[in-house]
Amino acid sequence: MVALSPAVTGAPAPRRRRVRVWRGFVLGVAGAYFLIPLYAGLRFSFQDDAGHWSFYAVAAIPSQVGFSGAFFLSIKLALTTLALTLVLMVPTTIYIHLHLPRLRRMLEFVTVLPIVIPPIVLILGVLRAAPLWLKASPYLLSLMYVILSMPFVYRSLDAGISAIDLRTLVEASRSLGASGPQTLWRVILPNLRAGILSASVLTLALVLGEFTMASLDLWTTLPVWIYQFQQTDGHIATAVSMLSLIGTWLLITVMVSLDRSESRRSRRKAEVA
Amino acid sequence: MSQQNGSRSTEGARVELQELVRVFGRTRALDGFSLDVEPGELVALLGPSGCGKTTALRALAGFEPVDSGRVLVDGTDVVRVSPQDRDMGMVFQSYSLFPNMSAVTNVAFGLRMRGVRAGARRAKAHEILELVGLEEHGEKYPHQLSGGQQQRVALARAIAIEPRVLLLDEPLSALDAKVRTGLRDQIRQLQQRLAITTVFVTHDQEEALSMADRVCVMRDGRGQQTATPAELYSRPTSAFVAHFVGVSSRVPATRDNGTVVLWGRGVPVRNPELTSREIDAVLRPEDVTISADGTGSGAVVHKSFLGATTRVTVLVEGVEVRVDVRSDQASDLSHGDRVAISVVARDVLISPRGEEDVLEDV
Repeated sequence: MVALSPAVTGAPAPRRRRVRVWRGFVLGVAGAYFLIPLYAGLRFSFQDDAGHWSFYAVAAIPSQVGFSGAFFLSIKLALTTLALTLVLMVPTTIYIHLHLPRLRRMLEFVTVLPIVIPPIVLILGVLRAAPLWLKASPYLLSLMYVILSMPFVYRSLDAGISAIDLRTLVEASRSLGASGPQTLWRVILPNLRAGILSASVLTLALVLGEFTMASLDLWTTLPVWIYQFQQTDGHIATAVSMLSLIGTWLLITVMVSLDRSESRRSRRKAEVA
Repeated sequence: MSQQNGSRSTEGARVELQELVRVFGRTRALDGFSLDVEPGELVALLGPSGCGKTTALRALAGFEPVDSGRVLVDGTDVVRVSPQDRDMGMVFQSYSLFPNMSAVTNVAFGLRMRGVRAGARRAKAHEILELVGLEEHGEKYPHQLSGGQQQRVALARAIAIEPRVLLLDEPLSALDAKVRTGLRDQIRQLQQRLAITTVFVTHDQEEALSMADRVCVMRDGRGQQTATPAELYSRPTSAFVAHFVGVSSRVPATRDNGTVVLWGRGVPVRNPELTSREIDAVLRPEDVTISADGTGSGAVVHKSFLGATTRVTVLVEGVEVRVDVRSDQASDLSHGDRVAISVVARDVLISPRGEEDVLEDV
């Protein structure tokens, strides 16, 4: 520690003060960049047309035409996407790590493609090629969201797998008589919990906020409904978008807290023993 | 360790590896490797990096497919049997405990996979943990255990399933010297008490010689020599084995019927069947002695303190010879001192000059 920080500890007081002020300034600008729009949105949500403080926008949300349909469609799509993504990506990533490590680079490249290719290009291509029965189903969106979430999901899982000695754990499990599915369920997945949680949070956040594909596929998800309803009542639309944001945050916080408390419980149990 | 566990024993299996071949690209990791392991025997696979010892162990465990050859356990070919059905316990080089499970749950894992009921498997897991001296640490998670403790839990986990064969893949290499020595003795005692057929991979000759009933020295995917530690040390069949097991020096010598002439003295040859005319004598440090002599033919060039003895490297007629000297005597020797050198061994090994491999004509 001493060897690593002579520049800081040995720096003269005015210079240290300047560094501290500069850090505070950068932090303040970054914070303002995020917080000012949120503050503006929240304030607008709690005002009426005359500019007075009011809860009418929040209270009126449930009774608005199309809201509940859009809300439940978004939740349905989010959960379907999450399930499809995990079922597809978890075994694939594990298999690549175990049996085809040379393909990791290629998989990394493939999973980055959804970031490089704009969603509008993806959805227009799919809408031309997809069969009618699939186009008529909202779950086409889930299939597309699986692709959109791949960059985040793959990286989360890849980091989680790299943090453990996957090959040795799998071989230890198999030498003890566990089958492939038993090894996956009892050994790999519990040790990939953090990676899977992070992948899930990112997927849910992405799906609950996705607009382009849903609107082009003519499905009224929550973001699409917010956009459309803005022309009817801006206060209510903004209140919904704010609540949607807060709801996503809460969901993420709950999931992370559950994971942390589970880890703490395991550790405490062991420490007591 | 409790006395009640002392009576526990399992039937060791007979293991035969026959002409195993495993090719990776242009590398023949196993090139017709064969090995027989008797029931209850501990055989160490010893060799330099890349010699194929780990590949052989993994082929036996079922983690590495073989291109040809047979793996027989009690006479049954298990080449096509999956690892989980081979009934072999394995301890790995890297820490392999399941991080999400406590020590006792780790040990009970194999029993659970075999359908043993919760109460019985927990009792058995505690019994085995007691056997490795870790009964106090059963509820701890791997991250709360030291490296040595983790490997002992891994050993307990492997023997809890009462495997037919125990496989140890350099389980001590990640541990510090003191822990390594203690665990080495513990593994050997357990293996003998339980009479489990054991194959142990190591690149550390001291480990192999001190633990194994027999040692198989490997090179380039083949077994060079399989013998007891004492035989391997005193009767190596190739210069490679002589060099790899223990320390040796090669000294050019001249032949005179059944003896070689070394520094003016004739010494009987241990392997007279070798017919080469141009030969080197292969000398162990204890085969040679030195004494301070201002007119001697050797000069001290290096000293390594080993505790009770000191290894002195002496330059004689352009050849470096390593000699073990009692440390109290070696303290009088300094770099550049002249010494007289002579052979004290009853007989010496010879090898064709310049050829690494052969000590006997085949």
